[in-house]
Amino acid sequence: MANIKHHLTDEILMGYSAGSLPEAFNLMVAAHVSLCDECRARLAAFDSVGGAVLDETCADAAPMKDDALAATLALIAGGPMDGAAPAPRKPGVLPKPLQDYIGGDLEAIRWRSAGLGVKQAILQTSPDASARLLLIPAGAAMPDHGHGGLEMTMVLQGAFVDDGERFGRGDVEIATEDLDHTPVADIGEDCICLAVTDAPLKFKSLLPRIAQPFLRI
Amino acid sequence: MTSNEQTARNDWLDQIERVRDHRDQAAFAELFGYFAPRIKGFLMKSGSDATLAEECAQDVMATLWHKAHLFDPARASVATWIFTIARNRKIDLLRKQKRPEPEDLPWGPEAEPAQDDVLALQQESEQLRQALTRLPAAQRELIERAYFGDLSHSEIAAETGLPLGTIKSRIRLALDRLRHEMK
Repeated sequence: MANIKHHLTDEILMGYSAGSLPEAFNLMVAAHVSLCDECRARLAAFDSVGGAVLDETCADAAPMKDDALAATLALIAGGPMDGAAPAPRKPGVLPKPLQDYIGGDLEAIRWRSAGLGVKQAILQTSPDASARLLLIPAGAAMPDHGHGGLEMTMVLQGAFVDDGERFGRGDVEIATEDLDHTPVADIGEDCICLAVTDAPLKFKSLLPRIAQPFLRI
Repeated sequence: MTSNEQTARNDWLDQIERVRDHRDQAAFAELFGYFAPRIKGFLMKSGSDATLAEECAQDVMATLWHKAHLFDPARASVATWIFTIARNRKIDLLRKQKRPEPEDLPWGPEAEPAQDDVLALQQESEQLRQALTRLPAAQRELIERAYFGDLSHSEIAAETGLPLGTIKSRIRLALDRLRHEMK
């Protein structure tokens, strides 16, 4: 298991457990928890809170219809709804939830240039937030940008340094509106990250700002 | 309702086992009587209408029947397991989104979980349930809303008129208190 130092927040884990996050954020949580035993245990604790809320607070809630049990037994007699077992994870860099979105490991990613040697691949999620993979060449910087909302970036391969902090495989950097940051990829190898955001990134120099709607980053 | 409440203090493991091993409809009916209305209420508080919530609660209980062999009492209480099935169904049905799930941990050497682990997990779940009931009303309500309401913290802020900072700190306090009680 990777030596992960930068974890998900309580708010994000609780949102995942409650089912109130956009799909792109759920993907980030599923990918991180696949790599991080600590957050897996914390998530189990939040699920237990959900179980306790279900158990405790709905005691006199909505009664079922009179024929509900019979209807459910009839449903059961029809067999399970979801048939096929999920495909096993292929060996590689990407955690299973990401492989499911991409249809394979790194070799299946369809990169597009995002300028300055940076490449990206946008993942298909619900439109309330976006998820993409980023490839930053070893030693190169991400374009300077601020944020309109919440952005989380998790390293999948290589590492980056931002503001003196090092982020390696499985580490998540959480950036909010007030943070201007410039992650720089570690010199060792190209850095591949999963980045999710609930708002379009704002670039500071004129050119990327004009280009932004076209690049969708 | 006393008998129902006493069963509730039970951990439902016996019923799940009877469903799993013997396809026992009487055991299933007990689980159904307790959990189905709670699932329905959970979904209605999440914004579903009664018809959809009823249908969905039936789906969740049918899933419980089919997947009883996947339930691991060393990892979750029955209520927690049902909560996760209901939540996933809610995302499917109400939000029409895919639900990315973490990769499952590789199976250990023993197929049956150790009884000590099962007992410890089930006791902790019961402690947590009790701790939740002892939270101050304002904190408990925010925790419930976060789980039932399908609302992010900022949406709760907009709806209750409470500043976002207050909501976040109340939820943090509630979680701290739950953690303290679980020590």
